[in-house]
Amino acid sequence: MFRFGSSGAKQAGASGSISGVPTALRRNRKSLTARVWAVSPLYLFLLPAVLYVVVFNYWPMYGLQIAFKDFRSGLGILGSPWVGLTHFDRFFRSYMFPVLIRNTLLLSGYQILAGFPIPIILSIAIHYAARSGLRRFTQTVTYAPYFISQVVLVGMLLLMLSPRTGVVNVFVRALGGTPVFFMGKEGLFRHIYVWSGIWQNSGWASIIYLAVLSNSDPDLHEAAIIDGATKPQRIRHIDIPVLIPTAVILLVMNTGQLLAIGFEKAYLMQNDINIMSSEIIATYVYKLGILNAQFSYTSAIGLFNNVINFALLLGVNSLARRFAKTGII
Amino acid sequence: MKHVKFTTQTRTDIVFDVLNHLFLAIVILIILYPLYFVVIASFSNPDYVNAGLVTVVPRDVTLLGYQLIFADARIWTGYGNTIIYAAGLGLLGSAMTLLAAFALSRRDLPGRTGIMVFFVITMYFQGGLIPTYLVIRTLGLVNTRAVMVLFNSFVVFYVIIARTFYEHTIPEELYDAARIDGCSIAGFYFRIALPLSKAIVAVILLYYVIMEWNSFFKGLVYLREPKYYPLQLVLREILVQSEQVEADMADLSSIADRDRAADLVRYGVIFVASVPMLVLYPFLQRYFVQGVMIGAIKG
Repeated sequence: MFRFGSSGAKQAGASGSISGVPTALRRNRKSLTARVWAVSPLYLFLLPAVLYVVVFNYWPMYGLQIAFKDFRSGLGILGSPWVGLTHFDRFFRSYMFPVLIRNTLLLSGYQILAGFPIPIILSIAIHYAARSGLRRFTQTVTYAPYFISQVVLVGMLLLMLSPRTGVVNVFVRALGGTPVFFMGKEGLFRHIYVWSGIWQNSGWASIIYLAVLSNSDPDLHEAAIIDGATKPQRIRHIDIPVLIPTAVILLVMNTGQLLAIGFEKAYLMQNDINIMSSEIIATYVYKLGILNAQFSYTSAIGLFNNVINFALLLGVNSLARRFAKTGII
Repeated sequence: MKHVKFTTQTRTDIVFDVLNHLFLAIVILIILYPLYFVVIASFSNPDYVNAGLVTVVPRDVTLLGYQLIFADARIWTGYGNTIIYAAGLGLLGSAMTLLAAFALSRRDLPGRTGIMVFFVITMYFQGGLIPTYLVIRTLGLVNTRAVMVLFNSFVVFYVIIARTFYEHTIPEELYDAARIDGCSIAGFYFRIALPLSKAIVAVILLYYVIMEWNSFFKGLVYLREPKYYPLQLVLREILVQSEQVEADMADLSSIADRDRAADLVRYGVIFVASVPMLVLYPFLQRYFVQGVMIGAIKG
């Protein structure tokens, strides 16, 4: 860890901060106290971040014990009585349990699977564009939707898919079809959610694949061209194999987030008609917890979600290690 | 690639190139058209928009939508709030992130692995919405501007990005040399490392600013009074909870008029709210891409 014992001694002496302990400095490997003291400003650099994490990350983890308690604001976290697994039991028996698990898994799984190949295809298409100007323009355009907020995205969906005035139904009518109330069909919720997400995120997700492609060994392509390989053959036998390790890692990371699907878009797209498809764990916890103040019960649901998610992450990671010899943790 | 100049394109290659460019053209159209449509619809007579007659250029150009938007105090309150929140959180967040990342990039920091683990654990395990809400309530931060600036102002993933950047751009030798020459650690950071790391400062600052500009959940959970609402919460009222827009325009005579004006306002407000990010981003794209790449090295 400490590479330059002697230079370390000089630097510490020169900085003058520890001139009171000269004997410690002359030793080749200094004591821990001396090493800590020598870089003490770095701990000051870390202090705000550590404070933040303690207050906003670790304190809530401590508060998670209310999942096993009957939390009442007046009694505080410590004073509230223990109730064991009551809340978990209630959740597993609740009629919403299968609905929430199913909706969360379907929405998330659909999003991961449908969203997986498209950035890869896009990156190959951009990589093979003839002019660098066209490449750059396509990249700029395809990254742009990533910077639009979820509220704006859902607002655009509502406007454009509106049965009366939406531009999509204008085209449907022009082609002789009958207007569709897209947001009012429960069965369409997932498709709209996932494909609007693909519209928004595919460009951004292709950045990493493009980088892998442009860093891959040009000799492979030269050799293939000399051997008479066509572009589709080169894609099939060079580019795709080059992309696979990255693709596997990203797939693993996404699968590890299977139950952590975001709150915002699903909540914004919810209405009375699609609620049985669109109610996911995150939106349910918000409504019952924040709006109805069922703190202990929803903490239990959140903890359950977190544990399953973590187990999934470990599971897919070990699978990826075994099959692709890559892993993330 | 000069060795391979003699090869001519095969017919398959030519067909591939044509199809590939066609594909890219379609992709560009699919992505740009909805954005373009929002803009032209916001300037057009709603009757033409609803009849499907506005597809390429605005028709019967009107500024009514923008007049209504400019007259709507909620939108400007929201805009002002969001600027305050995004600037405050951006500065605080990037300061915390960059300082921590620099410290963690120095190999002579005893305990740096442990501190890193301490941070990374929070990426995989969280207290969750409700326990976090209770902490913020205990701190008395519910329905304050402070919660909007403080909470979410530190993202561990950005620390990983910035630390990787420092490890690669501020070599250990430079650090050691400066230290031998009597430069203090703080002096080294502010006089040498920071000027060398403008790219990462830009990336981290903008990540925070954009995250906050687009965030809506935090305001939804922690704010109660409309005077504190960020832009995205106001947008939600206008775009998603539609009844409210129409109620707010009671001075327009008929229901039909209100309906038409509401859609104009919606298109216009999407444009007004997204313009700062969409205008900024092409200039900053290079930095963002760098950020993604650095993150991926460690990822």
